Amino acid sequence: MSEKVLIKGNEAIGEAAIRAGCRHYFGYPITPQNELTNYMSKYMPEAGGVFIQAESEIAAINMVYGAAGAGARAMTSSSSPGISLKQEGISYIAGAEIPAVVVNVMRCGPGLGGIMPAQSDYFQAVKGGGHGDYRNIALAPSNGQELYELTVKAFDLADKYRMLVMVMADGALGQMMENVEFRDREEPLIVEKPWAATGTGMKREKNSITSVYINPDELETVNNRLQAKYHEVEENEVMYEEINCEGADIVICAYGLAARLTRNVMKSASAEGIKVGLMRPITLWPFPKQAVGALAEKTDTVMSVELSAGQMVEDVRLAINGKVPVHFYGRTGGNIPTQDEILDKIKEVLGKEKK
Amino acid sequence: MPVRLHPESLENITTHYCPGCSHGIAHRVIAEVIDELGIEGSTIGISPVGCSYNNYKYFTFDMLQAAHGRAPAVATGVKRVHPESIVFTYQGDGDLAAIGTAEIIHAAARGEKITTIFINNAIYGMTSGQMAPTTLEGQVTTTSPLGRDPKVQGFPLKMSEILSQIDGAVYIERVSMHDVNHILKAKKAIKKAFKVQLAGLGFSMIEVLSTCPTNWRMKPVDAAAWVKDTMMEYYKLGVYKGEDLEV
Amino acid sequence: MNYEIILAGFGGQGILSAGRIISVSAILEGRNTTWFPSYGPEMRGGTANCHVIVSDDEIGSPIINNPDILIAMTLPALEKFEKVVRNTGFIIADSSLIEEERLKEAKSRVFPIKATQIAGEMGHKAYAMLIMIGKLIKETNIFKPETVEKALYEVLKQELHKLVPEEMAALSAGLEM
Ligand SMILES: Cc1ncc(C[n+]2csc(CCOP(=O)(O)OP(=O)(O)O)c2C)c(N)n1
Ligand code: SF4
Repeated sequence: MSEKVLIKGNEAIGEAAIRAGCRHYFGYPITPQNELTNYMSKYMPEAGGVFIQAESEIAAINMVYGAAGAGARAMTSSSSPGISLKQEGISYIAGAEIPAVVVNVMRCGPGLGGIMPAQSDYFQAVKGGGHGDYRNIALAPSNGQELYELTVKAFDLADKYRMLVMVMADGALGQMMENVEFRDREEPLIVEKPWAATGTGMKREKNSITSVYINPDELETVNNRLQAKYHEVEENEVMYEEINCEGADIVICAYGLAARLTRNVMKSASAEGIKVGLMRPITLWPFPKQAVGALAEKTDTVMSVELSAGQMVEDVRLAINGKVPVHFYGRTGGNIPTQDEILDKIKEVLGKEKK
Repeated sequence: MPVRLHPESLENITTHYCPGCSHGIAHRVIAEVIDELGIEGSTIGISPVGCSYNNYKYFTFDMLQAAHGRAPAVATGVKRVHPESIVFTYQGDGDLAAIGTAEIIHAAARGEKITTIFINNAIYGMTSGQMAPTTLEGQVTTTSPLGRDPKVQGFPLKMSEILSQIDGAVYIERVSMHDVNHILKAKKAIKKAFKVQLAGLGFSMIEVLSTCPTNWRMKPVDAAAWVKDTMMEYYKLGVYKGEDLEV
Repeated sequence: MNYEIILAGFGGQGILSAGRIISVSAILEGRNTTWFPSYGPEMRGGTANCHVIVSDDEIGSPIINNPDILIAMTLPALEKFEKVVRNTGFIIADSSLIEEERLKEAKSRVFPIKATQIAGEMGHKAYAMLIMIGKLIKETNIFKPETVEKALYEVLKQELHKLVPEEMAALSAGLEM
């Protein structure tokens, strides 16, 4: 069964979580994701689930640690300053291998910054905002439908790998309404969680959910296992969308809102005879290294467009590895690049290259 | 004799607060007290995260903007560097009684010689009307759409009562700003709190029952009446610690 | 078909709901749509606007730099957006709230409609936005007028459903202007 509705991005995430079987949500108010918390306060109880407005983001993420460690599908959401507070918990969740979903509806920073859209938490999400050698999967939806589908997928991936999955939206995607089709999953995904702290019932050995290993060799073994798992994720879970890259004058790498802006630019550029391709990472981690690296065979010029001062561009450069020039265009402070600005920058870059 | 209409310590600019909001009145009262004590030059304030996040724009003295809930910790740092200065935090109920509960309790426990002005409006103003730790039983907010139910969301926190149990806190009083009489009483209390700090006696906090007509979805007059009839029922006014302090 | 519409005015005029009514109507006719509101402190000063796109294609950015249509309900709203309206586009302006003389200064084609005044005469100022949507339909055929009725039942709270006939009367008034 499916139904098509006009819904706010933030609410689409909430609905997706409920339909994905999440029955435990812990939040703390922060703009621009308040509609998600509000949605959960109303619909989680209706779905027979638990909604708690925690006393802080630190508490909320630790409630997730508890609920997910006890075997439930659990989630928290916030926006940039709140996500910073959750980093300690995120590291513990990684260490204890707890499947959990965290949504970041990014706003502009640093510090209290502002509440307008941004993509400046890329480093924090993909390079490890917390301490230790850990990774979390980072998904970057770019429209309402993907907010819905990738949130559902986030729960599946979390359970599959016993990892934290972060859904990276931004203020614009969270606040806007769009037509979204709620597709019910074909069959409920039942993941056995024999490792969870559910009470032994005197029927099995005890389960300990922990991230502390005082013995160096023991901890190294754990780390090696984590790294092997991360490697498996890199092998299996990369997602991206590639449009018109073969033979393009320039390929823009962009995700989320920036990718949507690029779609418009592709049209206006082609009217001026410039062929623009789009490489849109959907998983920010694992980053589509191979696909981005292969762009060097398809175009002579690559540019990363972001609502940041230049974060993903570093991974684009690593993947391209000097084979073709990689440029950058971004706006900060909650400003959103206009189509014209991006097109001007494209012309500037291509003009230079021709000389 | 010319009547001073505008306190020295308050910038002569329009604030961004909604009509009927207590924040503006509280700012004015604090500025008047600072003027009367002649401490403008030695006062350092801490702005919170909440509707008053940028009140450093409204006061004329030095201020620091703190992360959500952390104002008492920031104030601790400032005061330990400048023990001779007058340091105060200005905090809402989400800021002080939810995310910042640990910071306020431990600042009081250490007996930090700072003053906290605690604006209790029973709601999260800035983020548009979510349940606060001080939201009353039955009160409808955007995250308690069916009204706060103690069985689900627990009970409102009485911060003045809680802090008065802490030895390091020397002066704690709850006041209201819903009418002129109460504003005058509030001013006396705030003045006393600053004097307690000047005398180096320890931690002081004034809890101010305040209005948020916008998120209560009330007209300003009705909001004032709600403070008087409903909030004051649960949050009793009075001195909770330091009644006999002579300063 | 691809229409980019900015609706702008002050809080309380029903700007955001009018945008939703347009978006829901678009969905009911099988089109894609985005609705992007002004949010946060931007709204404390009392202004409100939203960007609505209706398209047969997949929609790129939800943020409109150059609207085809501006629905301006106040002078500040007109001043903020009149310069970015596309050459081929037009403005529908509430001439009971913005002086007709001022409207003549706009470089785009302007349809002055005394929406708030007429709505007031019809019983409620809040119907003004429906008059504007009526005019929008007349100039663009963006969707069928009947579709708006279905959209109203979806957008309005249950308690307000009884007002739908009056809202539709306002829409018809706009259709005739
Ligand atoms: C870490 C973090 N979490 C959440 C927020 C969002 N936020 C801004 S103000 C606020 C609460 C405001 O409520 P209150 O302290 O009661 O002050 P009021 O606005 O009512 O004056 C919150 C949660 C933030 N800025 N930082
Ligand atoms: S939202 Fe409430 S607390 Fe904030 S300024 Fe308005 S009335 Fe005051």
